Amino acid sequence: MKSPKTNNSLMTLILFFEQLLNGIQFGTMLFLMSAGLTLIFGVMGLINLAHGSFYMIGAFSAALIAALTESFWLALLASLAGAAIAGVLIEIIIIRRLYRRDHLDQVLATFALILLLSEGVRWCFGAFPLYLNIPNVLNGTVPIFDNIIYSKYRLFIIFMGFLIALGLYILITKTRLGIRIRAGQNDRQMISALGVDISKLYTIVFAIGASLAGLAGAMIGAIQSVEVGMGEPILILAFVVIVIGGIGSIKGALVGSILVGVTDTIGRIFLPELLKVFMESSNATSVGSSIGSMLIYILMALILIIKPSGLFGKS
Amino acid sequence: MRKFTTTLGALLVMATSSTFADGHKVKVGMITTLSGGGSGLGIDVRDGFMLAVKGNKNISVITKDDQRKPDIAVQLADKMIQSDKVDVLTGIIWSNLAMAVVPATVNQGKFYLSPNAGPSKLAGKGCHKNYFNVAWQNDNLHEAAGGYANSAGFKNSFILAPNYPAGKDALTGYKRFFKGKLAGEIYTKLGQKDYAAEIAQIRASGADSVFFFLPGGMGIGFMKQFSQSGIKLPVVGPAFSFDQGILKAVGDAALGVKNTSQWSKDIDNAANKKFVNDFKSEYGRLPSLYASQGYDTGKLLISAMSKAKIKDMDKFRDALRKADFSSTRGKFSFDTNHHPIQDIYVREVIKEGKTLTNKIVSVGLKDHSNAYVSDCKM
Repeated sequence: MKSPKTNNSLMTLILFFEQLLNGIQFGTMLFLMSAGLTLIFGVMGLINLAHGSFYMIGAFSAALIAALTESFWLALLASLAGAAIAGVLIEIIIIRRLYRRDHLDQVLATFALILLLSEGVRWCFGAFPLYLNIPNVLNGTVPIFDNIIYSKYRLFIIFMGFLIALGLYILITKTRLGIRIRAGQNDRQMISALGVDISKLYTIVFAIGASLAGLAGAMIGAIQSVEVGMGEPILILAFVVIVIGGIGSIKGALVGSILVGVTDTIGRIFLPELLKVFMESSNATSVGSSIGSMLIYILMALILIIKPSGLFGKS
Repeated sequence: MRKFTTTLGALLVMATSSTFADGHKVKVGMITTLSGGGSGLGIDVRDGFMLAVKGNKNISVITKDDQRKPDIAVQLADKMIQSDKVDVLTGIIWSNLAMAVVPATVNQGKFYLSPNAGPSKLAGKGCHKNYFNVAWQNDNLHEAAGGYANSAGFKNSFILAPNYPAGKDALTGYKRFFKGKLAGEIYTKLGQKDYAAEIAQIRASGADSVFFFLPGGMGIGFMKQFSQSGIKLPVVGPAFSFDQGILKAVGDAALGVKNTSQWSKDIDNAANKKFVNDFKSEYGRLPSLYASQGYDTGKLLISAMSKAKIKDMDKFRDALRKADFSSTRGKFSFDTNHHPIQDIYVREVIKEGKTLTNKIVSVGLKDHSNAYVSDCKM
């Protein structure tokens, strides 16, 4: 048997690694949210506060389909489809009119959309949380290396996040649609002058962003709760991510997400432990958790001091 | 013209307020959480209260949504007191909102009847003669959980709660009664839904049991993730994460969990039977403990109104203090700091057919009051 001391430090190391995975998992989920947000801002110049509502719509679509069919995989498809359909409708009816307006108008209009969509969902589904659970295949834990056991479902979320990051990379660098999106980011007037149907392009980009948010909502809703207003807390974090990563940059969104996810998770767990060295236990817990929840904003401030337009932003 | 309309407006205000000059009528301002996260709790309190006062022509209620934001709750309270001229305020769910609203309200000579939040500050040094808590002092259910943990033989608990007044009261309450050691203590962010990091801490801590207070949607996430994590430790908590509103969303992960509550739908008395039946037929769902608290608040108000006029505040206060109504909890009285003395039960989550619900397994604490009575000088 190992001595208690090495056993203890091994435990801490295992715990640290597990928390790192938790941070990365949180980060990949943030990436799904912020990728759409940054894409929409980069291509259309639109600040979309209602992005969190698509997260909610995705989760509710999934819960509805899961209740009807009892299939988690169909529910995931439904979240993509539900959020994409909502995205297309909202883009055509409302958002389209906002591209030419200034940012204040966009913020006001999309804020109104949050209220409308939240109340609309409450009308349809009621105020009480809905049930959505993970499939049996992904229930439980799986050992990684020797001593580390980790939730299968959270590994699945990490996997999906990186798969979608790869998919977006291929879409943007290798396809015709990607070329148009990049052209739209660089010079909107020129690509419409070249005969590209710019309004169709905008609708497609908006729908892609909405469906990614919807997928995130469904995947997270299955381990948290599916309820009205679930998207807004995530939205704030997604904005922090795109500011850190540089507005308009998908690479920035990926790096920013992982950075925010890991900082938040590691900070809120290990900061109180660190403070216990200096102060009494229950004070350390309470002070440490308070500072822990500020940590990502401190991180954002530091990064903006060094790189005012974000890590990968155009200066 | 403008002057004319403002005068007309002033006249109208006088006219409407004079209709309430009749001493038998009471105007109630209900500020509660009706939208966003945690709205299920506010809706249950409101529905329970409205059911209790249904058909009573002397009570008029203005209901407003605080969105779980302290600043909005303060604005609503100011408006209700100053322009709507309410006599009684009620409805607040969250302790941080109660701390923002209650002191100002009672100092302006209005009654505040709390159907939920019971922060320790308002029970001890900050108590007030116009403030009554009809639900519990925040520590109560957690104290019962600590007592239960002793009797279940737990020696080493991991405890966690959100970082806000009620969360601190919760851990204090548990620690006050629990005799074992603590394997760990964590404050989480209010509104947090993901507990992967905390669950990893629990796994590594070597605890033999987990106590958690995570009301509303926060508890749904925790219970699901905890059961998926494969950790087989027994869990105990207050009823707030196992109330009727959220059991459906937690699913089978909640089955068998012991939780403590001052109310349960199977408490055997006439008032409770009537309440459960009326609530089911009125709203088409089972009531939660929050609904029972709203209902009891309404019944308390009616009992005081039958004894005194609201304008005679001293008499009305005495009438409230007597708590002369049939509570859904059975025996109910106020201690000198205007917080309940009542039994607190241990319940277990069971399945009735396909519906998850709770049944009482034992009485946790009998005729239980709170630890702050002696700090309160009225």
